[in-house]
Amino acid sequence: MNRRLLWPAVVLALLLLLNLFFTPGFLSIEVKDGHFYGSLIDILRFGAPLVLVSLGMTLVIATGGIDLSVGSVVAISGALACLAISEGTGVFAAVALAVAVALVLGAFNGFLVAVVGIQPIVATLILMVAGRGLAQLITDGQIITVTDASFKVIGGGYLFMLPFGILLALVVLAATVFLTRRLALGLLIESVGGNAEASRLAGLRSRGILITVYAFAALCAGIAGVMVASNVSSADGNNAGLWIELDAILAVVIGGTLLTGGRFSLGGTVLGALVIQTLTTTIYSIGVPPETTLLFKALVVAAVCLLQSAAFRSKVFPQRERPAARPAAKDTTEVAR
Amino acid sequence: MTSAAPILQLTGIGKQFPGVTALDDVDLRVLPGEVHALMGENGAGKSTLIKVLTGVHPADSGTILLDSREVTFGSPLDAQQAGISTVYQEVNLCPNLSVAENVLIGREPRRFGRIQWKAMRRRAAERLAELDLDLDVTAPLSQYSLAIQQMVAIARALEVKARVLVLDEPTSSLDTGEVEQLFRVMRTLKEQGVAILFVSHFLDQVYEIADRMTILRNGRREGDYPTGELSQVELIAKMIGRDLAELERLEERPPARTTGTLLQADGLGRTGGIEPFSLTIREGEVVGLAGLLGSGRTEVARLLFGADHATSGSVTLDGEPVSLRTPQIAMTHKIAFCPEDRKADGLIPDLTVRENVVLALQARRGWTRPIPREQQAQLVDRYIKALKISPANPEQLVRNLSGGNQQKVLLARWLILEPRLLILDEPTRGIDVGAKAEIQRLVAELSDGGMAVLFISAELEEVLRLSHKVGVLRDRRLIAELPNDDTLTTEVLMQTIASGGRS
Amino acid sequence: MTALTGAVVPRKYLPVLVTAGLFLAMFIAGGTRYEGFFSAQVVLNVFIDNAFLLVVAVGMTFVILTGGIDLSVGSMVALATMVAAVLLNAGWPPVAVIVVVLLIGAGLGLGMGCMIHFFEIQPFIATLAGMFLARGLCYTIGTDSIPITDPTFTAAAQTQVPLGGELWISPSVLIAVAVVGIAAYVLHQTRFGRTVYATGGNEQSARLMGLPVARTKLGVYTISGFCSALGGLLLAFYMLSGYGLHAVGLELDAIAAVVIGGTLLTGGSGFLIGTVLGVLILGLIQTVISFQGTLSSWWTKIFVGLLLGAFILLQRVISGRKK
Repeated sequence: MNRRLLWPAVVLALLLLLNLFFTPGFLSIEVKDGHFYGSLIDILRFGAPLVLVSLGMTLVIATGGIDLSVGSVVAISGALACLAISEGTGVFAAVALAVAVALVLGAFNGFLVAVVGIQPIVATLILMVAGRGLAQLITDGQIITVTDASFKVIGGGYLFMLPFGILLALVVLAATVFLTRRLALGLLIESVGGNAEASRLAGLRSRGILITVYAFAALCAGIAGVMVASNVSSADGNNAGLWIELDAILAVVIGGTLLTGGRFSLGGTVLGALVIQTLTTTIYSIGVPPETTLLFKALVVAAVCLLQSAAFRSKVFPQRERPAARPAAKDTTEVAR
Repeated sequence: MTSAAPILQLTGIGKQFPGVTALDDVDLRVLPGEVHALMGENGAGKSTLIKVLTGVHPADSGTILLDSREVTFGSPLDAQQAGISTVYQEVNLCPNLSVAENVLIGREPRRFGRIQWKAMRRRAAERLAELDLDLDVTAPLSQYSLAIQQMVAIARALEVKARVLVLDEPTSSLDTGEVEQLFRVMRTLKEQGVAILFVSHFLDQVYEIADRMTILRNGRREGDYPTGELSQVELIAKMIGRDLAELERLEERPPARTTGTLLQADGLGRTGGIEPFSLTIREGEVVGLAGLLGSGRTEVARLLFGADHATSGSVTLDGEPVSLRTPQIAMTHKIAFCPEDRKADGLIPDLTVRENVVLALQARRGWTRPIPREQQAQLVDRYIKALKISPANPEQLVRNLSGGNQQKVLLARWLILEPRLLILDEPTRGIDVGAKAEIQRLVAELSDGGMAVLFISAELEEVLRLSHKVGVLRDRRLIAELPNDDTLTTEVLMQTIASGGRS
Repeated sequence: MTALTGAVVPRKYLPVLVTAGLFLAMFIAGGTRYEGFFSAQVVLNVFIDNAFLLVVAVGMTFVILTGGIDLSVGSMVALATMVAAVLLNAGWPPVAVIVVVLLIGAGLGLGMGCMIHFFEIQPFIATLAGMFLARGLCYTIGTDSIPITDPTFTAAAQTQVPLGGELWISPSVLIAVAVVGIAAYVLHQTRFGRTVYATGGNEQSARLMGLPVARTKLGVYTISGFCSALGGLLLAFYMLSGYGLHAVGLELDAIAAVVIGGTLLTGGSGFLIGTVLGVLILGLIQTVISFQGTLSSWWTKIFVGLLLGAFILLQRVISGRKK
């Protein structure tokens, strides 16, 4: 793995060690009823929706954009799936419907950004606000409870001794890696995010790529929404996925992908999401009042962003940064290093 | 012309950037009440000199005397307060504020902290009236044309009692009428004793308005001359004339083995970019474009690649009419384009050599059809070897390469698409002599192999050495198309540029 | 430049006029549909219920005019109610409490401004950190709702300022209106205010024109923090409690009000009166929904989202496509 993954990995390891110190059996995994059990499994299981949303967010951020609407999409998709099941639709059809609607919503975001030319943060704000209302409209302001056993599997069931949610997140991760690294989506995304004008002059159609990426982000959010709803066997239009967009953006940033776009790291994002989830778990397990989670998050956001800021580094560590911060000289002078 | 003491005198100005001497012992003397033109090609040091003068960069050596007193400026604000104001090509005002505010903001009349709007409007109107402008000063600036905005910027500069006004390429985006208006204002200012330092690429304009000119080349001063005493040919020779110590001529270029017309542009043009032009490019032919900076040479290239939309004219390819609206369309017709500013418009600096090289091919295939790794490795490896890209590591980030190697990466990107027409906009600018020779040799080889090349360069020798035919541009017009036979020399080219094709 | 310029209405007033027209249309439509809607007190109630939002939106207007954004306002409001409640219960005099709360708000705002200006962190991220921090501080202080029993605060909550006839408003409305007035004066009559517009119009140019861009950017985030704290105090008057879950999502309402009021999110263009109209429209939507009785509260969000979309598209059309 490369050096960018180092810091999030170190933070994750430290958090785990901290837990081990307070709860000696923290890292142990045991088999009960033919399933794996343990705190690590829990972190993965509860972190799965965040991992999913963050994967989509990574690609959006790599194009230089941002998607604020994923939280609302999580709520809409969960609500739709539960509504459909409670009305007697089959689980498979219900889930397909929820995910398809999410896809359409994402394409709408992409259309606003790529075709109409609205700043991503503004364009996705629309769906962020209206989507929350839509989700409540779907659930009619109630919490829809479903009792379907096969639906419960998605977020709460097991397969191959592991929680199904973890496997689902792994499948989506694998699919994302496949799309971006085996297929050429990743190269084109990094190219558009790295230098939009040069990409245009190299013959890239950035419109199609942007729409694809926003649709993909919403798709991931849609799957996460189904997972969240399944886990608690109910849909809550008001609270499902609330603020998950902020956690996802944070996970992406911790994972070393710059908000300005360009190079992205899916591995880093997964690590970032796990850091956030572990932080939450840690706060519960070491007995710090859970209310302070947000304080820690604020400190982590501030620290990570300050460390990423070139202005901060050059002002605070002027000595060490000097060679790298040297202004790009005229072409003639730069010799390959 | 008053022969008073210079209002502004720069002596022995030197400025180094890491590894590069941008200015070397440059002198500049500007008299009160004169329009003084600052001339030079890309990289001559004009913009650095202006930045030193206006306090953006500190000079490494030399002195600046303003009114015979030595001054040093830490910021543009310092320079403004001392009486040196600058108006840039892209107007640096706030388009959302009213005209009056743009003239006066920061110095608006106030009483107890409250802005006196009436007094402010009156004062702004007065300033503008001094420039013969009658505008609605309450209207937002964005309602007015760029020319008017430029005048407002000048009015703002005068509000601080500027004694030296620096106009940095003010006319680049103005039409003829607007230029006339600007010149009227400049003449009015002259009469009031303001010294104007004027940067422009348009020779006609310089000869019309300037009293004297200082010519820079490669960071050194070539001299200063009263406009009347320097012919246009002499001026061009001083700006771009023979420079390199006579690189030995490549062996005589064989006549192009032209098999037929590849591309034919008829009346192709773009309002505000390039006047309609017609140009024929044959297979296996190298067509050079010669002209000064800002003459429209880049605009020709961008139109032929579909990077900009043409507003008039048509193009045929192999005799078939085509509409080159986007780069993708140009690429399907096997046209390739290496832009002038390779960092801003060409490369993705954060990606590797391999990724940059396969980018255009991948873009053409779409992301669902990746190029297999082995094929990528082969392709990239072949071009790293063929073009001698160094370091020969496909996973090196492009940002870490030298200029010459970056240029080769860009070339490799297009060569793997096997284009029929390769457009090279200043491919040898800012790269070392070795890489330059390699790129020139490559162009010759490619054309011998049947590829057509449109070759743009500010260096006339280079254009002559490589081209079968030279198109000459001036002031956004293609003024001549000359076959490169024994009679064509740099002198003839300079003469053609200077005469504006009117001879 | 299109031919539209210089038409009957200057283009810069167009968004505000659209907003005003929309408000009138909604009010008239409501009046014809619902009994008892067509009264001045209905409008005054909108003011009474949204005084705190109005104050917060004023601060947000400053930030957005410079081209920035402030996500922290909702959390700051909650923090203000919390700090006020705790200090009052600890026996502090109300005046001291108010001063401390306002100082905390302004201080946190200034802190975020420093992150944004000196370390070049995007406003979105810096204020996101501020949002987490303020909300986290709330929960750290306490997770339960803390009632406020201070006589000054309860008086502020219960006093009715008569306006003649049967009409009345709350003291909070007076404060909010005063804030709007002062802010409008600052934006249009002082050098600071004009520099806010200049910075949003073109930051680079403003700098080259010699304007104090740095000070201005720090200033707007400080103002926004101050306004959030003041809005929090007004909310404390209204709710008579301090609670970490107060004002969740308020930042979205404030941003929506500013945008619906015709202020460009890219900065440099907009009017405070637009923001007032934006807040009134948000309030009126709620009023209409409560009058309708059969419409559920989530329709508010859907309507707001749709309006937001419509106004963003309108702005896009007005400002034209920039490349």
